[in-house]
Amino acid sequence: MAGPHYIVHDKTDSVGVVVVEGVKKGQMLTGWVMQGNKTVRMKCLNTIPIGHKIALAPMKKGDTILKYGHDIGKVVAAIKKGGHVHVQNLKTKRW
Amino acid sequence: MARKARKTTTKGKAAKQNKRTKATRRLSAKSDRRAKSNRRTGAKPAKRAASKTNRRTKATRRTTAKPTRRVRPRRRAQVKRAPVRRSGTKKPTFMGWRRKNGRVGIRNHVIILPLDDLSNAASESVANNIKGTLAIPHSYGRLQFGEDLELHFRTLIGTGSNPNVAAVIVIGIEPEWTGRVVRGIAKTGKPVTGFAIEKHGDIKTVANVSRKAKEYLQWASELERQKCQVKDLWVSVKCGESDTTSGLASNPTVGNFIDKFDAWGATTCFGETSEITGAELNCAARGKTKKIGQKFLNTWQAYMDEVIEPHKTDDLSDSQPTKGNIEGGLTTIEEKAFGNLEKIGKKTRYIDVLGPAEAPKKGPGLYFMDSSSAAAECVTLQAAAGFVVHLFPTGQGNIIGNPIEPVIKLSANPRTVRTMGEHVDLDVSGILRREMTLNKAGEALIEITMRTCNGRLTAAETLGHREFVLTKLYRSA
Repeated sequence: MAGPHYIVHDKTDSVGVVVVEGVKKGQMLTGWVMQGNKTVRMKCLNTIPIGHKIALAPMKKGDTILKYGHDIGKVVAAIKKGGHVHVQNLKTKRW
Repeated sequence: MARKARKTTTKGKAAKQNKRTKATRRLSAKSDRRAKSNRRTGAKPAKRAASKTNRRTKATRRTTAKPTRRVRPRRRAQVKRAPVRRSGTKKPTFMGWRRKNGRVGIRNHVIILPLDDLSNAASESVANNIKGTLAIPHSYGRLQFGEDLELHFRTLIGTGSNPNVAAVIVIGIEPEWTGRVVRGIAKTGKPVTGFAIEKHGDIKTVANVSRKAKEYLQWASELERQKCQVKDLWVSVKCGESDTTSGLASNPTVGNFIDKFDAWGATTCFGETSEITGAELNCAARGKTKKIGQKFLNTWQAYMDEVIEPHKTDDLSDSQPTKGNIEGGLTTIEEKAFGNLEKIGKKTRYIDVLGPAEAPKKGPGLYFMDSSSAAAECVTLQAAAGFVVHLFPTGQGNIIGNPIEPVIKLSANPRTVRTMGEHVDLDVSGILRREMTLNKAGEALIEITMRTCNGRLTAAETLGHREFVLTKLYRSA
């Protein structure tokens, strides 16, 4: 079995993590939801480096992003499903 | 000298036996409690017990009027083997050095420990003269005061007292503070001597110390390893240059290890106060009791109030997460914190909160240590608290080592494993490809750890990584 392109930790998470190198814009990706051991598929909107996050649903400014089933920060610029989630659109709520 | 060595071994054996008896007693007490709780809840007998015997036990309970007294001893015998069955992993042993104070080391260093920055040169000269001794240079030790000075002494005394160290020579510019470190280390019963440079100069001091160092080294070289148990092992954990693969795979691998080792009675430690930010309530909930969870929260809050808040110039986005973390895909401190906490497993609860470099006092179990999240500072404090082997998951490739506590590196990032493989002791990237279960990864980590305890050099040891970094609380006077 070929490994997944991205992994989602919890069922409730709003982002997954790209775990292979060379994921390109427009590519159809296979994902693995660890909690419940489910396989999912999604189209990727950006070129996303290994380790970086991908949005599982569209999100608007002010939304809270969940990972590990927990709040990891707020959206500061709208994100489309399959888009790259990082410092350009996600910020900490701390400090 | 040989006689001395033998003496140590004999004493060590006695201590071992004593400990074993204690442990058995503890286990029995536990089994009693378990048996009781089984009765109370009327729950199905735990999986760990052999099913055949269980059926018999159940039958006895049904048919006999007063079964308790007869059933109990049989249960006790079953529960004694429980941890092995529960985890499905065989409990390993290793060959270590048992020191006079009963603690077990996995290395046998003779260290030349400078009290202060001024004594680094002499210490390094001695280590150059006497091959096989280890100098531990550092930057501080002058005009410190208050809690910062106490931490300096605690760290140096703790480093010398660590069971990975067989014997110590302390060199200081003057005899007073040098003597304080010597007296602290001497409490372990290991050979330790102090030398002051004033009134002698470097050259004479180096000559005098070299003779003593040669004597210690030859003595230590005849100490023999003996068979030790997991409960003799003190393991610390800390991650570095983390990325999202750390939280998904390498940190949970360490967590799997911690859950297994906790059940086997090991003493373990995690820290990184600032890096729990965002997950502090989840971390507080993992305290053994509410009171211990609250102790953690107080420690975390004090760090926020006394260190972060007064000194920050922004939201720390340029420091915590680090630039390497961000390159690796981690965006916020909250995300990093939840990934970090994966290291303490799914069920293990910490039993106490330690100050920096403070040795655990409540027996086997998991401890939280108030510490910086910078790798070398944190590991230096954990080694000074007495931990003998360190598990270090990394995403982007932190290359840290420690002079006296071997640092085992694991990574789940396939790019890191490929581009900087010489730094990685265990590759768990298979988890991300769904080729390796977390349990298998945990077992592989146990295997590499036991090999390290038996003498295999870690990647960091072979590459000469000996980062010894003292935590400084504020400027010196």
